Amino acid sequence: MPKGNVSIDMTPMVDMAFLLVTFFILTTQFRPDEPVQVVTPSSTSVSNPPEHGKVIITIAPDSRLFFDLDNQNFRKSLIQKMGDSYNIAFTIDEQNAFATGSSIGIPMGGMKTYLDMSPEERKKVEQPGIPVDTSQNLSNELGVWLVNARIAGNNPVILIKGDSKSNYPAVKNVFKTLADRKVSKFGLITADEAAPVEPIK
Amino acid sequence: MAELQSGDDGHKGKKRGGVRAKKMSTRIDMTPMVDLGFLLVTFFILTTTMSKPKAMQVVMPDKEVKDSTQMSKIRESEAMTILLGSNDRIFYYYGQTQPTVEVTYFNKVRKVINDKNAEVLALQKANDWQANGNYNGVYIGIKPTDGSKYENLVNMLDEMKITGVKSYAILDPSVEELEMLPK
Repeated sequence: MPKGNVSIDMTPMVDMAFLLVTFFILTTQFRPDEPVQVVTPSSTSVSNPPEHGKVIITIAPDSRLFFDLDNQNFRKSLIQKMGDSYNIAFTIDEQNAFATGSSIGIPMGGMKTYLDMSPEERKKVEQPGIPVDTSQNLSNELGVWLVNARIAGNNPVILIKGDSKSNYPAVKNVFKTLADRKVSKFGLITADEAAPVEPIK
Repeated sequence: MAELQSGDDGHKGKKRGGVRAKKMSTRIDMTPMVDLGFLLVTFFILTTTMSKPKAMQVVMPDKEVKDSTQMSKIRESEAMTILLGSNDRIFYYYGQTQPTVEVTYFNKVRKVINDKNAEVLALQKANDWQANGNYNGVYIGIKPTDGSKYENLVNMLDEMKITGVKSYAILDPSVEELEMLPK
């Protein structure tokens, strides 16, 4: 009896593997570098925020605030508008640096120096957070960001991404700023949590 | 026999061998490619996060109330105030006059809200107090104090959703209310 052929045809398996590779390559989008790690609280909410066209205000555990608008074109027009508001002329390079970035927590006074840095240097900067002074209009930079982002971002959805452990006064300042700018509807980003099986009646 | 020994034949044999070797070389060894393929599959499977963040919709009360007649009036027996204190404590009281503040925690607050909601619903049905054509149930004011955490607020809003309370608002605590709280 001849020796049985032990090699099996692996073509379908390899086809499958490469199909998976292609799928994952196409669907993966790498998370941009966030300046701060935030652990969101969990809730039973099921609504998904939109993929595009959103403003995210991040509240760090140490109460620093970060501002993010998600589309590159929107971001470019946002930084131009912010420059107009504060009489700062940003160069094309600076605008591009801002457009390709992620959440920002730099006061407008230091924005130009920050954007002039190389990407590696920018990563190392400890961002102080966006100033929010709810008693004065002009020094409340978050409010200015918000107004400009609503124009630049074509009326985006506004979301707050707070850390579980951040203190309420920081959250209150954000709420107050939103109320001052007549934003009464917004979303709170939360992680998934299973709803209780049977609501107690 | 002579042919077998001839140089030609030897050459031919070599040539045939060469041809055979060429034929063999058309089957390339795909093992490294497949290895790499699976490495990529593993990498992408491990780095992909399937869970998308969720958002909780919040509607804040309008800051400027233009006309006091447009404000909906709430009976005292229908109202409940929840104050979020420090160290994950919850303080609550009913109505407005002579409130007695009680303390509870997040694992027990659901029952408190459900009981009050059922009580108010029964009261509304008995007296036929309707708001916009239906029985609304309890009205809750959530007032986070400065000592509370963001998590407390989100959990409380989540409780509202779980217990099915229709009317609630995030408000600022008054000075009197802050004085009522134990330190």
